[in-house]
Formats: sequence, C-alpha cells, structure tokens
Amino acid sequence: MNSCSHYDVAIIGAGMSGLAAGIRLAHFGKKVCIFERHNATGGLNSFYSISGRKFDVGLHALTNFVRPGVKGTPLTKLLRQLRIDRAEFALCEQKQSRVAFGPNGETSLRFTNDFAVFENEVATQFPKEIDGFRTLVAAIKTYDDVSLDVAPISARAVVRTHIKDALLEDMLFCPVMYYGSAQEHDMEFGQFVIMFKALFLEGFARPFDGVRVILRVLLDKYRQAGGERRMKCGVQKIISREGRATALLLDSGEEITATHVISSIGAPETERLIGLAPQAAPLETGRLSFVETISILKCQPAAIGWGSDTIVFFNDSARFDYACPSASLDTRSGVICLPNNFDFGPDRQLSEGVFRVTCLACYDQWAPLAEESYQAQKTHCFAEVQRSARRFLPSISDSILAEATITTDMFTPRTITKFTGHIGGAIYGAPIKHRQGRTPLENVYLCGTDQGFLGIIGAMLSGISMANFHILQKN
Amino acid sequence: MTKDECKQVVLDIIADIAPDEDLSNVKPEVRLRDQLQLDSMDFLDIVMELRKRHSIEVPEADYQHLASLDSCAEYLTPKFIAIAAKG
Repeated sequence: MNSCSHYDVAIIGAGMSGLAAGIRLAHFGKKVCIFERHNATGGLNSFYSISGRKFDVGLHALTNFVRPGVKGTPLTKLLRQLRIDRAEFALCEQKQSRVAFGPNGETSLRFTNDFAVFENEVATQFPKEIDGFRTLVAAIKTYDDVSLDVAPISARAVVRTHIKDALLEDMLFCPVMYYGSAQEHDMEFGQFVIMFKALFLEGFARPFDGVRVILRVLLDKYRQAGGERRMKCGVQKIISREGRATALLLDSGEEITATHVISSIGAPETERLIGLAPQAAPLETGRLSFVETISILKCQPAAIGWGSDTIVFFNDSARFDYACPSASLDTRSGVICLPNNFDFGPDRQLSEGVFRVTCLACYDQWAPLAEESYQAQKTHCFAEVQRSARRFLPSISDSILAEATITTDMFTPRTITKFTGHIGGAIYGAPIKHRQGRTPLENVYLCGTDQGFLGIIGAMLSGISMANFHILQKN
Repeated sequence: MTKDECKQVVLDIIADIAPDEDLSNVKPEVRLRDQLQLDSMDFLDIVMELRKRHSIEVPEADYQHLASLDSCAEYLTPKFIAIAAKG
C-alpha cells in the first residue's frame, strides 16, 4: 500500500490541520500521504496512556461551539467541508467558565455558551465600560477575520479605543491569549477577533471521551477517502531545486516525491527542513510555552466543592503579563480546567475526576536540566502551580485534595517540543503568522498554527483553507 | 438528461455538502445564496463534486451560472448531454 513513492500531495504532520487538509485532498481524488514522526496522531492535541489510564493533552475544550441550526461559523464550515455529521463529535456543552482576577480572584466574570451571561457580568461589574464593551463586540462581529491578506494591527490598541479600564482590558485578553496567542504582551487584532468569537461569542464543548473522539472521526474520514499515512516516519529534509521542492528525505533515509507539500509543523521548523538561503535571516521562533499539571481524582470535582466551573482563567497581579517568564515558571496567571464539569447529561459522568492547570513556563530554563534535576523541578513546580490555582477555586484543605488524588502527571516545555517538534516548546508556534501559507518554495505551503487560524477548530480550518486555496482551486 | 434531472443532481450535491440545510422548498428561480446559507467554500465544493461525480468541468469564469437551480440547469444540462454522448 505504501510502496509507491510519488504523491500529488505530501503532508508533514498528522495533527488536526494536516488531517483536515488530507481529508479534503483525498476526498477530491488526490493521492495524498501524511508523514508523522510519532506513532500517535493529533500533534499538540492528543492523548496518551499510563497504566491503562488515558490522559488528554492540549485540548481543554473544543472552542467555537454553536448549537445545531447556527450557520456560517467556523464549526459549521468545518463540518461541511469535511463531511462530518455533528452527531459524530457528540459535543457536550460547558457548564460555566470564569475569568478570575485579583490575589484571590476578587473580580470574577462568568461566561457560558450564552453570550448574554458574559455581557451581563461586564455590565454589572464594569458599569462604566458596558457601552464600550458593546461597541467592541460590534467591531469584532463585523471584522473579516478569515481574510488571507490583512495588514496586522495591535489588538491592545483597538481594544483600548473601546475599553478604558485596564482591569477589564486584561480580563478580556487573558483567556484569548492563553488559548492561542503566540505573541507576547499583545496580539494581532485579527487573531484576537478569531479567539474572542471562539471563546465568548461561540463557546466551549467537548465530546464525552475527549480529544480522541475528534481524532478518531478525522482518521476515519481520511482513511475512507483513500488517504495514506505513514507513522513513525518523519521528514528530515525538503530537497529543492530552483525554488521548488523536488523530494522529501525521510528519517529512514528514503526519498519520496510529491507535486505539492503541505507542512503543518510550523514556519521556522519548515524553514529548517528547507534550509536557509545564504544571507537570509532566520524566521523568529515563538517564546511562549507552558507547563500543565494533571491530577486524577477518585471522585468527581463536585464532591470536593469544585462542581461549578469548567474553565477558570486566573491572574493575581495588578496587570496581566502574557510573556515568557525569566524563571522556569510564572504562576501569577494560568488556566484551570475541570473536564468533569461539562454537561454530559443527567446519567453520565467521567469515571474519574480530572483537575488540570496550565501556567506560563520558560523553555530555556527547562531544556538543559539533567534527568534528575528535571524530575526534581517538575515536582517542585507541580506544587507551585496547584497552590497558585487553588486560590481561584472554592477553598478546600490540602488533606482533602491529597486524599482525593489518585495520581498526577505534568507536561513541561520539553514535552511540547518532544511531541510537536515546535522549536523552544512554543505551544502556539511563531509570533509572525503566514496567512497565505507561503514559503520560499512555490509548491510548499504551511498549514496549522503558523498559518494563523487558532484553536483546534482553527487548526482544522487552516488545513482546509490551504488545501482549497493552493491545490483544489487551482485545477 | 433533462433540466429537472440536472436540478436534482445539483440538489443531491448540496444535500451532501450542507446536510444542515432544508432543501424541501428550494425555489429554482431564486439565487441559492438568497435562500440557503451557502458561502464561497460551499460553491467551490459544488464545482468540485460535479467534477468528481460527473466529470463536469466548471471554469471559474462560469461560476456565475451556478447562482440558481434554473441557471444551473441551463448551463449544466448541455454539458451532461455532451458527456453522455461521448460515453
């Protein structure tokens, strides 16, 4: 089956974007092969098993959730383009999420999949800002965020023309940045719009069984469409001549050829495969990386008083500082996820409790550690992260949490690089995005995080858009 | 291939592309965009499904002919007949 070595399209990386691109191309009769270095699909959004227990990574929630009947949004477009029936994802909605700011979360804005709840919270807690908030939302709704050619403008600058209170400004930026920004301190307004819609105007949901349901659906579609996939088969070099890729050199030493190449591995990472032209300055790499702690509980979080919140975005400081910390870790802000607190229906609950916390981390501090120090640092940071996050949840004693905890795990910037290949553990890729997906080679295109549609729905739409724009529309 | 059969071919394609649309009352003379939520990505898919299923090529300059079911039938029926004649 994999014996033939010329493809219409070779796709590098079997994450959400590569799979989505592959489905489109295979469906329309292209001979496609996805090359994936790991033995698992999903890239950044995947899952792994330790002693028979499955851990999700990446995905806290599927953003962009809209109810059946709502059309013209990213989720609907994606389902149509990939011929997925929404029942296949069987999405369950969040209960409620919050943005909690202040040393103990004194200012808290609740939001759900009903935007009126969030608007009402802003009106109640920031009465002077509600008119500005509404004009900002109106500007967001009318902004063309999927245009492939727009001039970048500062989201902070645009938001400040509507919102004067720095606390509210930061509370709007915190979730939006944590769920997708590859840029420190500020972001491009188009990216802000994509994420604001995805989080607040649309909403959060997840399949009961988490990210693996989405991956299973994508893989099934890809297989049914006739797409090929080669796992544990990375690409080590893109060989080119006169501005065109002529072959891919695989990790195994084998060479394959393809008319088109779609790379989902990131812009600087793709540049490394191509090799830099003489005198050219390398692309800037991303600096934002995270740690995430995962605690498996023997009870539902509700049993220890944590039954209300699905996701909590927190910050304890006067300003929200979204940047690579100089130390290993920055626990001043972060994201809590309690996946049990999606509404799975009256008779259904996840078999174990899960408590996940994400905080900003510095790759350079983690990268050089020898194994023993690395493990020690993980243990130390795990405790720091949990201590910080628990300030923003209903207070419980250390002994109650310890008693409830069955096991824990943690990913670090090193884990991200290991499983995604992103340079510097840059979870959301490089700060400069390439909307048209172009690279120095005319038949090599980017999709995924560095093309610039954010979130997992964004990732899939990115694969779809690039397959349409560069390949399917051309002939 | 009659014009009515041709309209059905287009409706079948739309039903697969956009299963969330109600196609029971599509008015043949009204622009599809004005009665269904179809965007440019969906129209691209109509074109590509025509090629995949029926080997019919619609060049980009002719996309305007796909505006309504009536205009689809006017434009596509001769193409279907030509292909059937060849086959």
